[in-house]
Amino acid sequence: MKFSRVILANLFRKKVRLLLTIGSFAVALFLFAFLAVVKDAFGRGADVAGADRLVIINRTSIINPIPLSYRDKILRIPGVKVITHNNWFGGVYQDEKNFFPQFVIDPENQRQVFPELIVPDDQWAAFVKDRQGAIVGKRTAERFHWKIGDRIPIKSTITGNDAWEFNIDGIYHGKRPQDDETQFWFQWDYFEERVPERFKGNIGWYVLRVDNPDESPRIAKAIDNEFANSPYETKTETESAFAAGWVKQFGNIQFLILTIGAVVFFTLLLVTGNTMAISVRERTAELAVFKAIGYSDRTVLFFVLAESLVIALIGGVLGLLLAMGVVPFMSKALSGMLPNLILSPVLLVMGLLTALAVGIISGLLPGIGAMRMRVVNALRRV
Amino acid sequence: MAIPLIYNVRSVRARWTSTIVAVLGIAGTVGVFVAMLSLARGFKATLVASGSRDNALIMRAGSPSEMMGGITLDSIKVIADKPGIARDANGPLVTQDVVGVFPFPLISTGTDANVQVRGVSPNVLEIRKFAKIVEGRMFNSGVSELIVGKNATHTYQGLTLDNKVNFSGGKWTVVGIFDAGGSAFDSEVWCDSHVLAEILKRPNNIFQSATVHLTSPDAFQTLKDAITSDPTLNVDVIREVDYYAKQSRTMTTMITVLGGLVAGIMAIGAVFGALNTMYSAVSERGREIATMRAVGFTGSAVVFSFLVEALLIALVGGLLGCFAVLPLNGLTTSTMNFQTFSNLAFAFKITPELLAKGVFFALVMGIVGGLLPAIRAAAQPVASALRSL
Repeated sequence: MKFSRVILANLFRKKVRLLLTIGSFAVALFLFAFLAVVKDAFGRGADVAGADRLVIINRTSIINPIPLSYRDKILRIPGVKVITHNNWFGGVYQDEKNFFPQFVIDPENQRQVFPELIVPDDQWAAFVKDRQGAIVGKRTAERFHWKIGDRIPIKSTITGNDAWEFNIDGIYHGKRPQDDETQFWFQWDYFEERVPERFKGNIGWYVLRVDNPDESPRIAKAIDNEFANSPYETKTETESAFAAGWVKQFGNIQFLILTIGAVVFFTLLLVTGNTMAISVRERTAELAVFKAIGYSDRTVLFFVLAESLVIALIGGVLGLLLAMGVVPFMSKALSGMLPNLILSPVLLVMGLLTALAVGIISGLLPGIGAMRMRVVNALRRV
Repeated sequence: MAIPLIYNVRSVRARWTSTIVAVLGIAGTVGVFVAMLSLARGFKATLVASGSRDNALIMRAGSPSEMMGGITLDSIKVIADKPGIARDANGPLVTQDVVGVFPFPLISTGTDANVQVRGVSPNVLEIRKFAKIVEGRMFNSGVSELIVGKNATHTYQGLTLDNKVNFSGGKWTVVGIFDAGGSAFDSEVWCDSHVLAEILKRPNNIFQSATVHLTSPDAFQTLKDAITSDPTLNVDVIREVDYYAKQSRTMTTMITVLGGLVAGIMAIGAVFGALNTMYSAVSERGREIATMRAVGFTGSAVVFSFLVEALLIALVGGLLGCFAVLPLNGLTTSTMNFQTFSNLAFAFKITPELLAKGVFFALVMGIVGGLLPAIRAAAQPVASALRSL
């Protein structure tokens, strides 16, 4: 790089401006990463869904129950490998602000249906033996500083205002970063024992795994047909369809974030583009001198472009590094409101490419101007 | 003596490209800021408007929301005789509600969304006085007829006047459309509570909540005291407005935190832009400034003049940003209300106060972005600046 000294000298000509421009890039890329991560969190669901999992809910309404007695009938349908059932508990830990999902689970099959949520075997064994036992996701455990052996009171909203006591027997973690690590599981037997008569024998939803995912539509249909015209008709969907439907209910939030992102990016592009243009304009005479002493038009364009690319690269990397540092904190702070925020490598690469694209565009306009100008006019200009 | 304002106006015009960019930078920031706040405000306004100060909501003790409630008919009868509750010719003004959530396809995407269906007493319009039938008529008691909120009728397929819909194993006819004044009830569907309980196979003596109309807003305490001092009752009494305000908290906090964060970071970017513009303005005008100093303007006059210029740019940017997002006002969008798992329509709400905040925000950016360059402008030594090219 024989021109590197020229480029460096040009870069450091105005240090304040250099810092500010790099700063603008860093801010833009930080916001890019941040918004992308939040948008991703709102759209989460479809990508955590197991390909071979089906969800069965009450056809009438998601808040209506399904009898536990359906389980054996469902298991008889060919292609069904294993099935588990869950209830929504909706209890309150200390204050309503401290929301996290609590599921009543079937200890026998939960782990087979959700193999990606990993509980150490000894912890699981303790849980199965303990009627008041609970397994909690890593994120929730960290949020409330719970350790194994802690006794946790949760106010039930089903049985009045009484507190149910649970022993934390285990902490699960997800195999993949996007897995939900906020759930709180406890035993169906304990639940059924304490709830009023009308809740007994009724579960919230079933989740099952099939032998062959290609067979899913047929199996879903067979299940729904089995219970058609019964008092509790079912609606069976693949887990990803279920999750996608759930996500759609959030409405236009993803679109909103995209719009904001576009506005932010456009604005910052303008700001940085303008700075580049100013700095080239100030140096018109100098560039003319380069051309006058024999440097080609292309080399002059290269000077300008290289400068803006270096700024974009440094700013972009800084912004993304900042995002990498901040996102885990945000994820903790928003725990209970949003799913885990994940900054994926794909996003980082996309961010960097965008930064470079902005760098090229904002360098190209003044650069082409510099390339095309006539030396005589440029030298004459003050 | 101050430097005339016309100098700033002219110099802004002379460097119009960078001025426009700085203006747009600030406008974008202010626009995002106002839009996010108006979204949070609209969500809150919808839920807060859903309550009335002279209504009280009664649920089983400890229920965080109606969904989780459960209150027996016997308790409701006891409560209805308590002091503070308004009465008409037919007795106390109480509606006992059964609440269900049912999937209906969204018109926009064709996919199902959860709609809150509320079984109410036939005299509900006497209690929720802000709700009015705008088309068709009220449902008749004892039959499966629906009245639909004005947002629900525009959001979901099939919920139009005189249409027949099936859900929860019942066949229903839409007989009326009601307007609940932009509140959360506008996203709901109402019917007779006894019919709904029967179709849902729920016991006919258990309701999710009861809402009473008070003789006056001040009667709330009387009623609350009477209920809490009655040992046979295990219920919570909450003013209807407070109940809905509480429901809006999670979502409003989330939008405000996220929006504030985005606008804050963006402001840093915009300030960088403004600083850059003003610094280049200063360096391009080195000779001009020196001339002004030479003819007798003081350093503070120069600082002041440059600040005015930055503020001018910021003001235009702020106004532009506010102006650009103004069409959002009243635009309806919908999202999930976490407390009820049902869909809720709400509108962006841009108030004059928000706009004022936006412009103020812009001016702050102007000061931050203009102060340092202004000081540098004044600090330049006159002689050498005059000599330089």
